[in-house]
Order: sequence, then structure tokens, then C-alpha cells
Amino acid sequence: MTTTAEPATPVSEIGRARTRKEDARLITGRTRWTDNITLNGMLHAAMVRSPVAHGRITSIDVSEAKKMPGVVAVFTGADLDSEQSGLPCAWPINAEATPPRHVSIAVDKVNFAGEIIAVVVARSAAEARDAVDAVEFDIEPLEPVIDLNDALTDRTVIHSELGTNKWVTFPFDSVAAGATSGPSADEVIAAAENDPDSVVVTRTWRQQRLIPAFMEPRSVVVDPTGEQLTVWSSTQIPHVLRTMLGVTLGLPEHKLRVIAPDVGGGFGGKLQVIPEEILTILVANKLRRPVKWTETRSESLVSGHHGRDQIQTVTIAAKKDGTFTALKFDFIADMGAYFGLFTPAVPVFGAFIGPAVYKFPAYKAVFTDVFTNKTPTDAYRGAGRPEATFAVERIVDELAAVLGRDPMDLRKQNWIKNTEFPYTNAGGLTYDSGNYEAATEKALELFDYEGLRREQEERRRNNDPVQLGIGISVFTEMCGLAPSRLLGALGAGAGGWEHAAIRMLPTGKVEVVTGSSAHGQGHETAWSQIVADKLGVPFEDVEVLHGDTQVSPKGMDTYGSRSLPVGGTAVVKCAEKVIEKAKKVAAHLLEADESDIDFAAGRFSVRGTDKGITIQEVVFATFLSHNFPEGVEPSLDSEYTFDPENFSFPHGTHLAAIEVDTETGKVHLRKYVCVDDIGSVVNPLIAEGQIHGGLAQGIAQALYEEANYDEQGTLVNGTFVDYTLPSAADLPSFITDRTETPATTNPLGVKGVGEAGTIASTPAIVNGVLDAIRHLGVEHVEMPCTAQRVWRAIQEAEQQGGAQ
Amino acid sequence: MIPAKFDYVKPASLADAVAALQQAGDDAKIIAGGQSLLPVLRLRMAAPSVVVDLGGIAELKGIREDGDKVVIGAMTPYYDILRDDLVKQHLTLLAQAVATVADNQVRHRGTLGGALAHADPAGDLGAPALVLDAEMVITGPGGTRTVAAADFFQGLFSTALGEADILTEIRFPKFTGWRTHYEKFNRTAQAWSMVAVGVALKIDGGTISEARVGLTNMGDRPLRATAVEQALVGQQATADVAKAAAAHAAEGTAAPSDADAAADYREHLARVLTGRAVLAAAG
Ligand SMILES: Cc1cc2nc3c(=O)[nH]c(=O)nc-3n(C[C@H](O)[C@H](O)[C@H](O)COP(=O)(O)OP(=O)(O)OC[C@H]3O[C@@H](n4cnc5c(N)ncnc54)[C@H](O)[C@@H]3O)c2cc1C
Repeated sequence: MTTTAEPATPVSEIGRARTRKEDARLITGRTRWTDNITLNGMLHAAMVRSPVAHGRITSIDVSEAKKMPGVVAVFTGADLDSEQSGLPCAWPINAEATPPRHVSIAVDKVNFAGEIIAVVVARSAAEARDAVDAVEFDIEPLEPVIDLNDALTDRTVIHSELGTNKWVTFPFDSVAAGATSGPSADEVIAAAENDPDSVVVTRTWRQQRLIPAFMEPRSVVVDPTGEQLTVWSSTQIPHVLRTMLGVTLGLPEHKLRVIAPDVGGGFGGKLQVIPEEILTILVANKLRRPVKWTETRSESLVSGHHGRDQIQTVTIAAKKDGTFTALKFDFIADMGAYFGLFTPAVPVFGAFIGPAVYKFPAYKAVFTDVFTNKTPTDAYRGAGRPEATFAVERIVDELAAVLGRDPMDLRKQNWIKNTEFPYTNAGGLTYDSGNYEAATEKALELFDYEGLRREQEERRRNNDPVQLGIGISVFTEMCGLAPSRLLGALGAGAGGWEHAAIRMLPTGKVEVVTGSSAHGQGHETAWSQIVADKLGVPFEDVEVLHGDTQVSPKGMDTYGSRSLPVGGTAVVKCAEKVIEKAKKVAAHLLEADESDIDFAAGRFSVRGTDKGITIQEVVFATFLSHNFPEGVEPSLDSEYTFDPENFSFPHGTHLAAIEVDTETGKVHLRKYVCVDDIGSVVNPLIAEGQIHGGLAQGIAQALYEEANYDEQGTLVNGTFVDYTLPSAADLPSFITDRTETPATTNPLGVKGVGEAGTIASTPAIVNGVLDAIRHLGVEHVEMPCTAQRVWRAIQEAEQQGGAQ
Repeated sequence: MIPAKFDYVKPASLADAVAALQQAGDDAKIIAGGQSLLPVLRLRMAAPSVVVDLGGIAELKGIREDGDKVVIGAMTPYYDILRDDLVKQHLTLLAQAVATVADNQVRHRGTLGGALAHADPAGDLGAPALVLDAEMVITGPGGTRTVAAADFFQGLFSTALGEADILTEIRFPKFTGWRTHYEKFNRTAQAWSMVAVGVALKIDGGTISEARVGLTNMGDRPLRATAVEQALVGQQATADVAKAAAAHAAEGTAAPSDADAAADYREHLARVLTGRAVLAAAG
């Protein structure tokens, strides 16, 4: 008997659930992590950090440290201040004032515990670390400003040049912005308060401070050789960093090479120009030796920027029949001690997406950015959108409770219908596409919504010690940063385009250069799939190059779920240019007219004949250029810079079944279902991975994580023993699915996926916790909903007489 | 996370280890699995000049039967304890507690001796050692002595071990046929106990004839909940009995207050968990 193999059917690469080709080296660690880089004669820097949150440096004595074994030099703020300039803030939001100078090394005053006050350079990392302890200093403590409301009193002003701790109050009003016509949110809410047919619900709660907690600690290696300065950094933004180093330190950009080798996660935490990059450069330049700095985990937690940290007051007005009439946000946001790259803009990012999936006829959002003596905040997975999404999805549940409505029904009544797209929301964004009905229907079915509601009722009836809650979050978000013109109009100091280049090598292999800077997302695999499809070459023949400004000179890097919608589109457009060029060559070689040439599956053919030539043959013919069309440049290599016309708007429906042990307060996430619509998908496995990781981080905000400061401004849980990250053992097997409503604003039809899980999941969990214990009289539990908090909330509600 | 400089020795015999410790005086530290010591060194909460590794002393590792005792070498890792037939047969409470410790990686390296010597009040081995009447066999400059678990734990991270003392083995009487359960409450699934309760019951004909209840993290050392034990003896193992007895669980404790849990919440947990542990043990 003979077996016959199935004829090989060409499978499209786009849409294939390929495992990631970069993973073997990333997972084994046998790769170019920055800390793995060792150069001849390299020295090691270590930072001396202030243990005091707010104080005046009255003395620093480095004489003992300088005598320590292996120590080459010790620098203080006084030594470096004339060269350190200030760290950049690309989006100050406030045009009226100048941001306080963000020093890399404190000179006479410290503004948060963890701020650098001296740099030790030694022959080994261990010797540098030993010498850190030998630096003696006195810091005269000033009153620390920790609490946000207290900061607003200006009892103690952190940056005296500003005269206040308040940086800006940024208002967005849908009427003023032209996004809605008719009465303003304030007017609607005032009227609703006196209208017997309306209801107004206002709540205040916190968005706790979180730590991005990327896996690879930050690390910088600087090599001054000749006139050139090479900087390796564990960063998300090699291109932005290069430009910013040019702008802030005045380093000649053309002599500056920045390399982000393999980077082990960022989650926004490495979307930053960090003091340690500046200081490592300054000391390497002074000593004319390569210098490395790698942070300890403790340093990372205390000095890498944090995320979230807001007090949110949220108001919703609605008719008694459930029709939403207005939404209002009043958020106070903690900037920490200084501005990073996007610090003041992060909260404001939530302004536009605040109305979420709903048709609000009036909307207002007011953001007050405030300084405190804490670690600076900045982008963390979702950046502004998780905060806004939490606010709106939580308040909708509160309204449902007040109206006695099923929270899903209330959402359905008010969301944008599939037939209504494109739709301009009350935040002024035009959602190009969406189908909330389809995603929701699928999610409800996977979840067994009805069955769980029945179980919930049963447990209530039986007074079961374990109560069941159903948490809902129907979210949308804005990502794929971003249309450059829009960013400019909003006052950002950068554009949002992305660059790609394709180099056709003589043997038919392909190099793809991308300005997106992968740090765990799987670009190498996904971009290879795109190019393999577009050029009709084998997946294995494509190599993706990124993260080195000498190889990939142009880019805006990776954050804001932008890589695929913006960077991936640039790759597609670039491949189209290659084909366009190759077509001319193919026509010449096939002795046909260009208009008669078709291209499919890697082959150029003359329409209506069996004459054809492969792309590899065209490439080789171009390499030889012996027989080449007149007046045509002998190269197929191409470049493309893509600037999107709009954001992309992923959406989805997330459902959580939450058990609350009312005797202990312990929350158990029993089941999690999400159906996300991220448009078309290049690699479902990668997309799923992004959702899973995003969910874990969003759930972690709801249940586990919080950076706690004491009254002195000390981060009290600055280790992974007390900063409780959940592990796989804390989470259920997620049930994930998708609907595909392609984005209309890019040729791939893709929307970003990197942040969706994080943005959506936090309110789903907290809504579920509340849904489990609301009948006991509990209206809110602050995040993270720890067992102790939940238990106390139940106790307090009982003392107040339980459910009304 | 670079520890301060230290010398490292790995003696091949107990006598050499004691000598090495004696020579270094109060400046030496023993390393067993390193799961608690290494973080301490890396955070520079300790900076010993010598670290003495017990990993080269074969006799400290393993589990054996010695008459009516089960003897566990101090250097026996959790992983081995979990898989041992003697433990499964005679010391179910120990196995149940060990199964809740951390994750697989930590259980491969962390040792019973290290855990007991470390005496972290949030650690999960102290209460079972107390409940199971463990005897600590200690070898030091003055020879070998045996200390009962009740006398071994002396406070926060503090034990009867002197400077050059080595915990060599832990001897357990057999609790064959006892009904046991370790009920642990923690912040994340693979963390230390916020509170935990270890229960061992001897049940004859439906009646509890002996009861032993130990508490984790309800004071600066593991504690016995004697009032609970007294309330259980002579009773049927019913839900009402368990609940009534558990109401005494916080008596005589001195629960710590920290960011995870205030003392009153720990006391409440001790009561709830004790009730559950008794019922689970009774099966
Ligand atoms: C991520 C993580 C999670 C954890 N979770 C838990 C948990 O859930 N529950 C729990 O109980 N524990 C937990 N632990 C701690 C773990 O149980 C440790 O392994 C244990 O506490 C110490 O055992 P070791 O062999 O590693 O000792 P080491 O760390 O080597 O030593 C600990 C201390 O004991 C001393 N010492 C060690 N052996 C001896 C000896 N034979 N004689 C005298 N002194 C000695 C050492 O000098 C040191 O001071 C966790 C640890 C980690 C890293």
C-alpha cells in the first residue's frame, strides 16, 4: 500500500497561529539582554539613592567611598549638574507653565525616596555596590507631601518655582469641543437632580498606584569610542531616546547610536528616558571608558516610574427608563515628584475614551495633575484608558443597581449599535467600526450568563457563605498611536508615524527593518508572516531587524498598542512598493507589458499565458542588473513611513464569575470569559498571549497589587515579597474568543491588542465583587479588593443595618 | 542585589561544619536551601563573613524510621518530604503543610531544617512541628542535644540554636491514623501564611479523643490553640462543635498587624479557619 500525501495547499501566513520564532532565545536567556553585554575595560556604575522623600541635602561626603577597593570615581550632583540638563517631558498638557526641572541627579534637594544623589563607578558591579554604602550624606527632612488632597492645600510646596503643587486642571467639555450639541454635562446633571424622571449617581473611589514590574530589570551600557557614543539600553524607545539625548544633552545625533537589544518586557515602564541613562552617559564620557549600570529589583520598584494613582469622582445622569443623559469625570491624578516623558498627559489620555461604548449626549472630564513626594508616575499598560474605563464601567453598574436594572441590559440600551458606525463619541473620537452586539452575544453564551444568574439567586436564597457575583465590562479603547496631526493638535511633542524598510538580498532572502521596537510582543514572527504573504516568500526567509538606530534609523517605537496598526501597516505598504518595483523588472524579463503582469504567491506571470518568473529570480536579476529595464533604479529595496488617519478602536465584552467567601472576605475568580474584537488578526496565538497577559495585569489591579507609601513617603512594599503580583496559580484558565470587525483605517484591518485585556478586566472584576455582596449593603470596595478589605466592607455594611 | 563579600565553605562532615562555625564566631551563617538566606544576603540585611554550606554532609539528608519515630534529616528538601511513604503514612499534617509552601522550584531547594531554623512566624512548618511534638536534634560545640518544638521557637526569627549550633535532624512521633488538616490563608496562592491552622485529631468511634491545634502567624512564634483543643476533646466532630471550639482560637494569641492584615482580622481568620480545619480533618 502506498500513502499519498495531501497536495500542499498554499496556506496564507496572515492568520496562522505560529509559535514565536524569537522565543527560544528569549526564554533561555541566551541572548543579548543588555546586562549580558560586556565590553573591554568596562566599568560599573551604582547609584546612591535618597532614603528621604523630601529634604535638603546638607552634606555629601564621598571621600571614604573613593578609597574603597576597585572604585574609580564617585560623582555627586554638584559634579554633574552643569552637564545633566533636565529629563524631557514630551507632553506637558499645560502651555502656561514650564515643567519643573527633572534632574537626573539631585543637587541640593530631594523630592522622592529613591532619587539619585551620587554615582559610584568601580571596576566591578560588586565593588560599586559596596562603595554605595560608604557614601555619607545628611538630608535635612522637609514635610513630605504624600496624600493628593493634602498636596492640593499647598501646605508644603514641592517645586517652589511653581508656587503650587497643582500642575494643571485640564477640562474637556463635549459641548466646547463640538463633540455634542445641546446642554452641557453640568447643565444636564443640575437639571436631572431636580427632575423626578431622572437619576444622578455620583461615586468617589481610588485608582491605586501600580508598579509596571517588567521581568528584565533596566540596564544601560555606554561605550564612548572615538567620536561615537553607543548606548545599549533596556528600553521600549531606542529611537525616541536617541532624539531626546540629542535634544536634552546636546549630543550630536549623528554620532549617537542607541541599541535596544532584546528587552524583557516594559508594559510602559520602559517608555521613558531615565536618569540612569543620562548619568551612565555622563560618567562614561568623563572617564572615556565603557560603563554599565544594571538596576537591582529593589531599585527598580522604587525608582522606575509607577502607574495609575488617581482619586476619581464620577457622575452619571440618566432617565429613570435607563437612558444615559450625561457623564462627568473629576479626577485628581498623582504625578509623583517629577515629570517623565508623558507623566502629565497619561491621565488626560482617558478623556477622549471616557464615554466608552455609550451614547452620552453630554460629557465632561476634568483632570487635575498634582505633584507629590513619590516616585513619578507615567505610562503603564493602558495609560489613562484603564482609569477611564474603570470609572465608566463601574458607574454604569452603580446606576444599574440604583435603577434595579440588569447591568447588561442597561448597557445594551445605551451602547452604539452596529448600524450606527462610524460614530463620533462625546469625547470627540470617531469610532470607525465595531459590533458590540456580536461580541456580547458570544460572551454571554460562553459564560452561561443565565445559568450563573440562577446560581447567584440560589446562593442568596440559601444565605450561602460563598456568594456569587457577575462582573461585566463592555469596553472600547483608543490605540494605535497615533495620527501625527492629532497628536500635534493636542500638544504632544512628537508624531505618531512608523517606518519600515525592506531589503531584498541576492539569494532571495528578505530583511525587514521596522521602527517598532519589540520587547516581548513577537514582532519578529508577526512581521515575518506579513512579509511572507505580501512578497510570497517562505516565512523562514524573512528576518526582522529592529531596535538599533544604526540598522533601523527611523522609528517611533512600541507603546500604545501601535506596533501592528501603525508599524505593521508600514511594512505592508513597503512590501507593496517592492512588488511595484519588481513588477517593472519582471515585465522586462518576461518581455511583456507591465500592465499585463499579475503577481500572486511569489510569482509574476503574464496574464493569459503560462509565462512567469519567481520573485527570487527577479531579485537575483536585479542583483546582476545585466539585463535591466532602461531608466529603472537597479534595486528593489523600499522604505515606507505610515501615518495613520485615525486611532484604532478594539472593543470587547468581558465577564467574570466571582465567588466571595463572606466569612473571610476572600475573592475567588472562578471563571473569566472575554470576547475581544481586535479586527483582523495576523497571528491568533500572539493575540491570545497578549490578551492573557493583559488580563493578568488588569485582574492584578483589581485584586492584588498596590504600591503603598507610609506617611514619610517610603515605599513600604518595595520587594516582590510584599508587592503581591499574582502568578498563574492565582488565575483561572481564561476562556477567550474573538469576533472580527476589521478596522477600516488600515489595510490589514487590524486594531491594537496589547492593552485591551488590562483595560477591560479591572472593572469586570470589581463589578463582580460588588455584585456578589451588594445585597449585604456594600456599595464599593477599594482596589485591590483584598480579603481584609472585602471582609471589612461586609462588616461595616452589617453594622449599618445591611441592605436598605 | 549583590550580597556583601563573604567566604564560602562546604564541609563534608558535621564535625568540620561545627568547627568552621566555631572558628568564624558570630560572623558565620549556615546555608541550607538558601531560599530564605539568599534574599537576606542580597538585601544586605545580613553580611556574614563566612557562609557554611551544609549541602556536602550526606548524613543530614533523608528520611528514616527509628522505632516509633520518623526521623527527617535537616537538609531534606520539601520535595522529598512530599514524596516520602513514611511521611504519607505517619505524618500527614506535615505533608499537608509542606504542600502549601511556595512553588515547585522553592520546594526543590528549601529544606525542613532551614525552615525551622529560620523561624519565620509566617512560615508553614513551625505549627505542624509543634502539633506533631517534633524534637529538634542539635549538634554544637558542646555536643548533641535534643530540644522539644515547644522550647525550640523563642520568638521572631529566633530559636534555641546557638551561634555554632547545627540543626541536624527532626524526630517525629508517629501520628498514624490521626485525622489531620492544614488550612492556610494567604494573599497570593504561592505565598507565606497570613494565618494558617494545623489540626490533628484522634477520633475513636466518632468521638474526638485527642486534639491538637497549631496556629501559624498568630504571634511571634507558632502557637498551640489549647482552649480549642480542650473544647474538642470528648465531643463528636460536628459542625456545631467545630464552630464552638473554634471560637476560642484567638485566645492567648498575639497576632501581628501589617499591611496585609490587622490583628483583629487575623483573630477572626484564626477562628474561621480553625472551624474549617477541624471539620476538614474530621472528614
Ligand atoms: C518565593 C518563595 C516563597 C516562599 N513561600 C513560603 C511559604 O509559602 N511558606 C513557607 O513556610 N515558606 C515559604 N518560603 C520560605 C521557604 O520555606 C524557605 O525555604 C525556608 O524558609 C528556608 O529553608 P532553606 O533550606 O532554604 O534555608 P536557608 O535559606 O538556607 O536558611 C534559612 C535560615 O536558617 C539557617 N539554617 C538553615 N539550615 C540550618 C540548620 N540545619 N541548622 C541551623 N541553622 C540553619 C540559615 O543560617 C538561615 O538563617 C518561600 C520562599 C520563597 C523564596
